[in-house]
Amino acid sequence: MTPLAGRWQQPRRGQPEPGARRPALDSGHWLLVAFAGLLLIWSVASAAVHGVHGVHAALAFGALIAFGELLRLNLPGDREAAPIATAGAMAYALLLRVGEDPARPGADQVIAVTALAMIVGALPHLAVGRPARLTAMSTRLLAAACVAATFRPLANAGLIGSRWWSALPVMLGLVVFAWLLESAVTALIRTDALRTRFGVAFGDEVRVQWPIAAATGASALLIPFAAEVMGLAAVAVFAAPLLVTQVALRRYAGIRATYLQTVRALAKVTEIGGYVETGHSARVSRLSVAIGRELGMAEAALLELEYAALMHDIGQLSLRDPVPGGATVLVARDEQRRIAEYGAEVIQQARVLDSVADIVRRQSDPCRPAAPAQPPPLPSRIIRAANAYDDLVGSSADPDRAAEAVARLRLDTACEYDPRVVDALGRLVSPA
Amino acid sequence: MGNLSRVGWVYIGAVVAAAAIVLAAGPYGALNWSQVGVLGLLLIACESAATLVSARGLAWSANTMASLAAVVLCGPVGAALVSCGTLFGLRRGPSPAQRLFNTGMYVLSAYLAGRAFVAAGGHVGPPGPSAFPGIIGPFAVAAVVHVAVNFMLLNAVFWLTREHGGVPGRVGLDVKLALTDLGYGAFGVLIAALWSVLGPFTPVLVLIPVFVARWAVAQFAAQQRAYEATVSALCQAVETKDFYTRGHSERVSRGAVMIATEIGMRPDRVGAIRYAGMLHDVGKMGVPTSVLQKRSSLTDDEYAAVQLHPMRGLDMVREIGFLDEALAGIMHHHERIDGRGYPMGLAGDEIPEFARVLAVADAFDAMTSDRSYRGARPVPEAVTELRKWAGKQFDPAFVHAFVAAIERDGWTAPQPVAAEEPEEPLRTIESL
Repeated sequence: MTPLAGRWQQPRRGQPEPGARRPALDSGHWLLVAFAGLLLIWSVASAAVHGVHGVHAALAFGALIAFGELLRLNLPGDREAAPIATAGAMAYALLLRVGEDPARPGADQVIAVTALAMIVGALPHLAVGRPARLTAMSTRLLAAACVAATFRPLANAGLIGSRWWSALPVMLGLVVFAWLLESAVTALIRTDALRTRFGVAFGDEVRVQWPIAAATGASALLIPFAAEVMGLAAVAVFAAPLLVTQVALRRYAGIRATYLQTVRALAKVTEIGGYVETGHSARVSRLSVAIGRELGMAEAALLELEYAALMHDIGQLSLRDPVPGGATVLVARDEQRRIAEYGAEVIQQARVLDSVADIVRRQSDPCRPAAPAQPPPLPSRIIRAANAYDDLVGSSADPDRAAEAVARLRLDTACEYDPRVVDALGRLVSPA
Repeated sequence: MGNLSRVGWVYIGAVVAAAAIVLAAGPYGALNWSQVGVLGLLLIACESAATLVSARGLAWSANTMASLAAVVLCGPVGAALVSCGTLFGLRRGPSPAQRLFNTGMYVLSAYLAGRAFVAAGGHVGPPGPSAFPGIIGPFAVAAVVHVAVNFMLLNAVFWLTREHGGVPGRVGLDVKLALTDLGYGAFGVLIAALWSVLGPFTPVLVLIPVFVARWAVAQFAAQQRAYEATVSALCQAVETKDFYTRGHSERVSRGAVMIATEIGMRPDRVGAIRYAGMLHDVGKMGVPTSVLQKRSSLTDDEYAAVQLHPMRGLDMVREIGFLDEALAGIMHHHERIDGRGYPMGLAGDEIPEFARVLAVADAFDAMTSDRSYRGARPVPEAVTELRKWAGKQFDPAFVHAFVAAIERDGWTAPQPVAAEEPEEPLRTIESL
């Protein structure tokens, strides 16, 4: 696949293209990682000076955190999470008593144990050649450190009551705050990497993470109370149920990824059948997603847009003979509409992609139709413009040709193409 | 459980009667009724949140958690009483007979688990700090007994009410569910332990991770259904190109699953071969329609184009992550045992197992459906033909397995193509 000119071609963290280079760590990443590194050095040094309080608890929670880090999982949208490690780290920060004995680890000790355990848990991944994601690890450490730094001084000074109704609200507040902080930091990083808006990225983050955060947070609250009764056995007992949740999440994330791969693969039938140029569906979908992101669409909507863009030419399978060059932009409007309609029918058979089918159905409608008809939804307008652009430019990397194609689309913004979409496309393919 | 045989009814009656005897026998003297009440509510909440995990109405709920907590806190009879909550689950799915059976099943599992807990040396009542870690052994015994009794009672009812042909892969599903159950069982000891610290507030916190897991399981199931529907819809779209092969992929997939189940393949491999069957001919997209529908014999060039289709199919689906073994099946499904097939001319055991299975199902469906150059053959004739070519074209073991499965379960051959010249199945572009 020949790379096209323009900024949208930069490999996205979302779905790295085969052979694509990950963007180098930029300033935001560096700042975060450097901060986490300083935190590690300070906490280890400080803990070494002050000595370790409660060696057994430190070892038990360290083991849980390392285990959780070992079992980190990838969530939809290329997010990394380590629910068990996070729960373990927060639970350690919120520990009040182990059995009859009060637990008094300092904030520095909690942070040091967490950081070291995370490194230990990441080592096996490194050993088999899976690189550690420093940014994600740093963000997790930051969230745990925030809880520890607030709660430990209060607890160690004896300001947190021993009854659950006095301790629980403080703990709950801290856990929620830590989660929001983690989401905000992750959203900032993604804003940088994906060229999206902070508000949208933060919303996506909260939406994707809240079920896991709820499970993790509830576990983090339960373990300290359980430790009062069960001692450190609570740590072992709790690993099991959380593991079940994690397995379910992993399978869910796995099938989501397979789904996308499959739609991508099967979208190529039109190419193999000679209906469209090689790489057309992939290019149109990448460009459409980039435009959608530029226009501030949220992740769920972007996924539907991506599916629709990948399958936008499926309707051509109903043609006995391929359209020359697959360029639907050159075909009469009625034919375009019939192809779109047939494609929508195919997708509708899957019964679960009705909104995707709708996007595909309306893809050939003009942006400002004659009076009674409603204008097509934004994703359809995006695909229409991206498809037309790709039909004109193809796999060419020539910037002049790209500018020419955008100019030609812009001529038609009175009724055919959405001017906002064409503007976004222009910004993406020919950066000022 | 719609059409139950007499044996089935007797079995369900026996389970319910045994549960009633257990409940009637008591003793109820030492029971803490408020505990039983709260745990009963917890169980009703779990039961109401049950997730449907298979099309045949098998639902999974986290009941084990509540009944195992009751085993520790209230003993065998109390646990049996708590399990009666199953009857009141706010779930519309189950019929009264199903509800009664489920309740009886959970009452018996809980009672036997309670007996096992006591027999293994467990002490009934809220465990204090001194009870740990000694309680874990007896509790594990109780959990295993609970899950095992549940598993056996449930499988017996499925076995007694099984439909002709059964659903392959179900036992594997059950084992996974049993393990999930065991994981949730661990929550039971946690609820019991937290009772002395958090009191009746415990279930509230414990329910959060449970509901998240339930959410993840439900999402996974929904995604999987969506996935299957989408693959099937896209395969049908590909088949519109050749009128005669409509439904071919579905049938080959079904046949391959019959063979795989018959020879006792692992459930995950059966799943993979199902997709391999659906996708085995996607490469035909690259073969011109005129060649596919040709009535006379093919020229050398045309034959070469046809021979290329397994490789083209492989190219398309190569990037779908989970399909490793299925890929080999797709690539080699036209190899022959005697080494005279294509594309590689592999012979005997060199041909991947999936490919040998697919070859049998593929050829059988081709024989029993209409083609442009000949009509369909009846099933017995096709079976004779398969047997004749076993050892030359097909692997004899799979032919035997397939024939055995067909003789037991039957085979639904496709509807004959109605007219000699079918009404135009494909639309054409005249306007170009």
